[in-house]
Amino acid sequence: MDAEISLHVDGEEHRLTVDTRTSLLDALRERLGNTSPKKGCDHGQCGACTVLLDGQRQLICLALAVAHDGAEIVTADGLAPAGELHPVQQAFIDADAFQCGYCTPGQVCSAVGVLDEVERGWPSHVTTDLTGDVELSAEEVAERMSGNLCRCAAYVNIVPAVQAAGQ
Amino acid sequence: MKPFAFAKPGDVAEAVRTVAAEPAAVFLAGGTNLVDHLKLGVARPDLVVDVRTLTSREVTDLPDGGLRLGAASTNSEVAADRRVRERYPVLAAALLAGATGQLRNAATTGGNPLQRTRCVYFQDVTTPCNKREPGSGCSAVGGYTRYHAVLGVPAALPDPTDPATCIATHPSDMAVALAVLDAQVQVLGPTGERTIPFAELHRLPGDDPSRDTVLEHGELITAIDLPALPEGARSTYRKVRDRASYAFALVSVAAVLAGDDVRIALGGVAHKPWRASRAEGLLRGRELTDSAVRAAMDAELAAAQPQPGAGGGNGFKIPLVARTVAATLRELTEATR
Repeated sequence: MDAEISLHVDGEEHRLTVDTRTSLLDALRERLGNTSPKKGCDHGQCGACTVLLDGQRQLICLALAVAHDGAEIVTADGLAPAGELHPVQQAFIDADAFQCGYCTPGQVCSAVGVLDEVERGWPSHVTTDLTGDVELSAEEVAERMSGNLCRCAAYVNIVPAVQAAGQ
Repeated sequence: MKPFAFAKPGDVAEAVRTVAAEPAAVFLAGGTNLVDHLKLGVARPDLVVDVRTLTSREVTDLPDGGLRLGAASTNSEVAADRRVRERYPVLAAALLAGATGQLRNAATTGGNPLQRTRCVYFQDVTTPCNKREPGSGCSAVGGYTRYHAVLGVPAALPDPTDPATCIATHPSDMAVALAVLDAQVQVLGPTGERTIPFAELHRLPGDDPSRDTVLEHGELITAIDLPALPEGARSTYRKVRDRASYAFALVSVAAVLAGDDVRIALGGVAHKPWRASRAEGLLRGRELTDSAVRAAMDAELAAAQPQPGAGGGNGFKIPLVARTVAATLRELTEATR
């Protein structure tokens, strides 16, 4: 069954007709040609499809496109103006925070969300004092980024990259 | 995926009427569990009714000093709410122990307690499962039982062909905290509103393992209320799991100390968040020494039924949960000294 929706993706507005079963991930990749968010597990377990959805990091493999009519989406491709890099992207390059790169767009979007959450003082599972300040320690980054898997195991460089971007 | 119609009603009353009128209709909120089940074929609705933006997303103060969590408030926003962190640390900690940052940004107060078990057989449509397909049997008995129940099950190896058999656990961390906080669930249904004490929301399998809760078809959670805790109350949540992050609980403990009152709820051990009422009664007004806590937990766990199975079964949960309760209460009592 079809439905007509609009999506704002990386600054551009799109109108499209989707089957009600279409995930937001498939809508972006297969219908709008935006292959920045990756399909890893397609079950919410790997984080490769992470984007900023209405300003917060979310998984779009578990989002029905029809339920997000009018959504504002920023993918890794749209984090910075064309030809430029977002500070988190630059930090990943500087720290050599990837090998094959497949998980990287999701890692980068997740890290942008993490830094925003830390800025707002949101605690995590490893924050000792739930009501105190948050220090962007390696332990905090590892916990907050635990939803983004890297099969190349570039974690040892991803964690410092996120810390550096948060300085 | 089976085709389905999609509806986005204008308000909650219309949403409730719409679902109530269609037996194969489901509510959709954050979708983190339901959309996965649509893909797996575990959920096969004809109609999906989107309520994500219909209920309140706010956390508001109640006149008695408690808090009301709107059903659409997200797990991450509730965990970050300063009033929740200061007054109900057990809830903030439980939420932060669950899932990942991305999932907590989508999952909601109304949806989290209604997530389904992660029993591997429930999620695998090629295997018999009384919860997914009533009457088909239970594949978990004698199978992979590491994440399965030890409390609220009738025997160590219940009859797998009995339509009542189900040894699944409830997977929510948040629900364990809500159980210990005596939360109140505000529900709107086709015949009106009602309030359900959180401890009565989830059910044991009984003769119908397909039903996780007492909610009737068409009933929608609109908010969850947290009653005020007594002045000086302390609370926390402790979760034991196979990985340091992003894993379901093997066992978990939510605890509140308030004067003579000791409240304990257990996760990962039963079909519902398990309020350890027997242990609470034995510990009320007592000094919480390790030996007193161990004795109380021995009484609580006297009827536990370890499930044999692949990799040694789940008998390890019985000493593990007793020790985790002892450690959690020790942490709370040491903090009050």
